[in-house]
Amino acid sequence: MTPDEAMGVVTDVLHHIAPEADLDDVDPAEDLRDEIDLDSLDFLNLIEGIKERTGVDVPEADYPQVRSLDAVVAYVARHA
Amino acid sequence: MSATAEFRMPSLGADMDEGTLVEWLVAPGDRVRRGQIVAVVDTAKAAIEVEVFSEGVVDELLVEPGTTVAVGTPLARLTGTGEQPPPEPAAAPEPAQAAAAAPVPVAPAHPVAASPIVRHLAHEHGVDLAALHGSGPHGEVTRADVAAASAPGPAPVAPPVPEQAAPGTSAAERSDESRVRASPLARRRAQERTVDLATVIGTGPDGVVTVADVDAAAANVPATAPVTPAPHPAAPSRRRAARRSGKKQHEKDEAVAKQAAMREAIGALMARSKREIPHYYLRTTIDLASALAWLREHNAAVGVEERLVPAALLLKASALAAREVPEVNGCYVDGRFEPADHVHLGVAVALRGGGLVAPAIHDADTLSLPELMAGLKDLVARARSGRLRASQMADPTLTVTNLGDQGVEEVQGVIYPPQVALVGFGKVVERPWAVDGHLGVHPVVVATLAADHRVTDGHQGGRYLAAVEGHLQRPAELDATAS
Repeated sequence: MTPDEAMGVVTDVLHHIAPEADLDDVDPAEDLRDEIDLDSLDFLNLIEGIKERTGVDVPEADYPQVRSLDAVVAYVARHA
Repeated sequence: MSATAEFRMPSLGADMDEGTLVEWLVAPGDRVRRGQIVAVVDTAKAAIEVEVFSEGVVDELLVEPGTTVAVGTPLARLTGTGEQPPPEPAAAPEPAQAAAAAPVPVAPAHPVAASPIVRHLAHEHGVDLAALHGSGPHGEVTRADVAAASAPGPAPVAPPVPEQAAPGTSAAERSDESRVRASPLARRRAQERTVDLATVIGTGPDGVVTVADVDAAAANVPATAPVTPAPHPAAPSRRRAARRSGKKQHEKDEAVAKQAAMREAIGALMARSKREIPHYYLRTTIDLASALAWLREHNAAVGVEERLVPAALLLKASALAAREVPEVNGCYVDGRFEPADHVHLGVAVALRGGGLVAPAIHDADTLSLPELMAGLKDLVARARSGRLRASQMADPTLTVTNLGDQGVEEVQGVIYPPQVALVGFGKVVERPWAVDGHLGVHPVVVATLAADHRVTDGHQGGRYLAAVEGHLQRPAELDATAS
């Protein structure tokens, strides 16, 4: 999957989890959980959404690799 | 001989006096069964899907959508209800709703069948319970019965929240490029079925778009519209974009108004709590090394859908401990503590953009961890999208507030009356920890208890926290369901 496609999927999933968040305002290098106020359930929903949409399974051990928006997109692009 | 029954505005929280009917999901002539969602009601805090607890046929809808009425006001009349069958657990897959049909069980010591909450309400309103006819199962007196006895007849109160107040017609609004008025349920259905609300003809009052309208639009069937202009299917994209930004601004304004109403409701409840309940506070630091190690192994072995979050363990431990120290689990009513024989664990859920609700996971002590996790996910999703079920708002016997995700190490909370305790958890942090005289680094969490000093003192409170700690040292046992 290209990074652009991955970005599209990830932002779509995030939009469902945090509909009021303006993803253009998000600093893509910062921890997503701080940027759009995600708690542990929101984050799990993000992981589930990614699995559903791309088939990419992010195991818990890999959570440190998907902290920022950029990191999530890169991970998805790499594994999809 | 067929009996009639009234479906009344339910009380959806100890602090709720009135609600606004947003939408009817049934019409006269529809057959309804126990547990079926028949209406959407707006409270200061959230829009709630309300179930009916009688079987029968809808005879007449007595209240129009958009009207605010006091709790207990009859909303609809049902016929063919006959004898109320005994409450049986619904066959729903979601464990959080498994006990939905049963109201709070009757305390055996009292002659009149009524739950502690109901007795409290009767006492407050000077209503003699013995003189009331109970409309609940087995003639149990419900909150609605008491409310009806103290405020007879529909009492439409102050103008409902701004989003329903505008008397203008949908035509004027539509062509003004302002937001489309739709019930929360309809809004969500439109999202689910990717229907552009702006193109849906609303057949609700004042042209409000209802769920039925969205479904009809999705099926491309023209809904029967009283007086509405045709939508503009060929609108240039610029106009549509302008309408969307106008919509967004209105949505923001409404969200702000909703926020303010919720803030006020929460504020009133918290002020009452501090006024009436003599709080005391305890804290303890709990070693989570075993619990999190167990969790890591569990999650590595199952798929994403079965992954558990640490909160599930904390909630289960809190529920089990409530069984062992029942003095923290129940209600304080009529100057007396009524222990509950079930643990309906309230979970404080922060709403995106501000606000707080604390709906309950029923019988949390009896659920396996996957069931509790599913219940938690459902609850949070519903709370955040404004889709809570009335049965989930049914009073919790103990509430847990978990601010771990906020980065706060410790939370000393305010008890939700008429409960008698509040459990708090902070953030899991790594700390130096001594085990058998050796120093290591363990993940630990600060657990707190705010408790009602009229019911317990530090000793029982301390025993409760010790029980929570004990359960978190035996994580594998947390997964078991109660025997």
